[in-house]
Amino acid sequence: MRIFDPHIHMTSRTTDDYEAMRAAGVLAVVEPAFWLGQPRTSPATFYDYFDSLLGWEPFRAAQYGIAHHCTIALNPKEANDPRCLPVLEELPRYLVKDGVVAVGEIGYDSMTPAEDHALAAQLELAADHGLPALVHTPHRDKLTGLRRTLDVVRESALPVDRVLIDHLNENTVKEAKDSGAWLGFSVYPDTKMDEDRMVAVLRAHGPERVLVNSAADWGRSDPLKTRKVADAMLAAGFGEDDVDLVLWRNPVAFYGLSGRLDLTPAEAAATHEGNSILRGGE
Amino acid sequence: MTDRATPHPAPPTSHPAPPTPHAPLPPAELRARLASRLPAPARDWLDTALAGAAPAGAGEPGWRLSFAEAGRRTGPDAADDARVLLLHAAGAGPATLALLYRQGTAAERRAVLRALPHLVDGDQALDLVEDALRTNDTRLVAAALGPYGARHLPAHDWRHAVLKCLFTGVPVDSVARLAERARGDGELARMLGDFAAERGAAGRTVPPDLYRVLALTESQPAPSEES
Repeated sequence: MRIFDPHIHMTSRTTDDYEAMRAAGVLAVVEPAFWLGQPRTSPATFYDYFDSLLGWEPFRAAQYGIAHHCTIALNPKEANDPRCLPVLEELPRYLVKDGVVAVGEIGYDSMTPAEDHALAAQLELAADHGLPALVHTPHRDKLTGLRRTLDVVRESALPVDRVLIDHLNENTVKEAKDSGAWLGFSVYPDTKMDEDRMVAVLRAHGPERVLVNSAADWGRSDPLKTRKVADAMLAAGFGEDDVDLVLWRNPVAFYGLSGRLDLTPAEAAATHEGNSILRGGE
Repeated sequence: MTDRATPHPAPPTSHPAPPTPHAPLPPAELRARLASRLPAPARDWLDTALAGAAPAGAGEPGWRLSFAEAGRRTGPDAADDARVLLLHAAGAGPATLALLYRQGTAAERRAVLRALPHLVDGDQALDLVEDALRTNDTRLVAAALGPYGARHLPAHDWRHAVLKCLFTGVPVDSVARLAERARGDGELARMLGDFAAERGAAGRTVPPDLYRVLALTESQPAPSEES
């Protein structure tokens, strides 16, 4: 079984997670730039974070045989802090990088005017750079947030079929599907979706254009949820081809829209006998 | 730094690293070698990108975009060489190289480090080498110990870099002028001996490369040798 986790914040995870993910069949991940739990207060800390997503984190992933790409953006929560807004001006120099396969995560948090501006501006950046966009839907007031998100997408230069709407659930999947966007589902231990609900959504709406992710981060989350959904699909009677479509081919097709997806573990080449993660331990 | 308490398995997949050439090829030779292994579209892209980077156009942002996108245009295996050629074609000086390094991905930083021997005569770019040696990215550590680092790193920093290679598993074969700089270096020999003793006390194996470097320190320095 080959698995592509299209949304996971590996910066917050340990090498034990990488090892377990690889053992479970995860061969590729996309790490969206997002909030770190502690609000940032200056643009420079974003640049170090972005550099890490284009340097250290792919290196770590490669040591476990996992291809790592990222999406870059100013997240909606911090778009509300004027101290962080200069990040928007620096995004173009990041959006040309080889490892960047989308603009994201963008979208709404509290649906403020500042978030309106950041979302619209970054959808334009995606269109300008030939990149798709990863747009999350808010935790609170989700259906209203989805509708407002789709309105902004339709007004942008980015075609809706180059947009992945994430954190969907039973209440938002139909409108998102009708829009023509790609459909993302985050499977969590407590909140968002769980494996059985995910299987029910797949039964009701089909596996086409559906992506399943763990969205694992610094909170209570599980980097193996992608595999658990695959197992639940098989147990519920889905075929291996359906599993491969949802857990591999759909994410490859979506992020492949960037023209930058490189799934040969070429970066692992350089690690060869290099095990600097091991810090001298043997 | 803390050592892990339990052994860690090797990465599930790994591919042989392309050797870091000690004496970098002259640009014309590098270009010919690269062109011969690129498919036609990538070769055409490279020709256009190099023409756009020629010094007359070096002030334009276009070639910097080429520098960033070399990976997806030529493939990850060829990107290092393509980027080094772009830096040569643009005649990038220390200020440009520093900017590209600081704003670069790990792959772009590696290409800047590899281009230093031909593009910077003095030690103005030594801070880039020092930055790379502070990372734990073995690709950057290896590139930092190319001919430019061999020429300019002070003895103390160079010794620590060699020791870091042994710690992180960078093959010492990738260290430029290793034999020449290690020869007769009693302080390096002491550091290697202490490291071996520490590993022995912990019940761990000593990397075979350590004994190779130790043997190199035992030969006498040539009369004209620096440091």
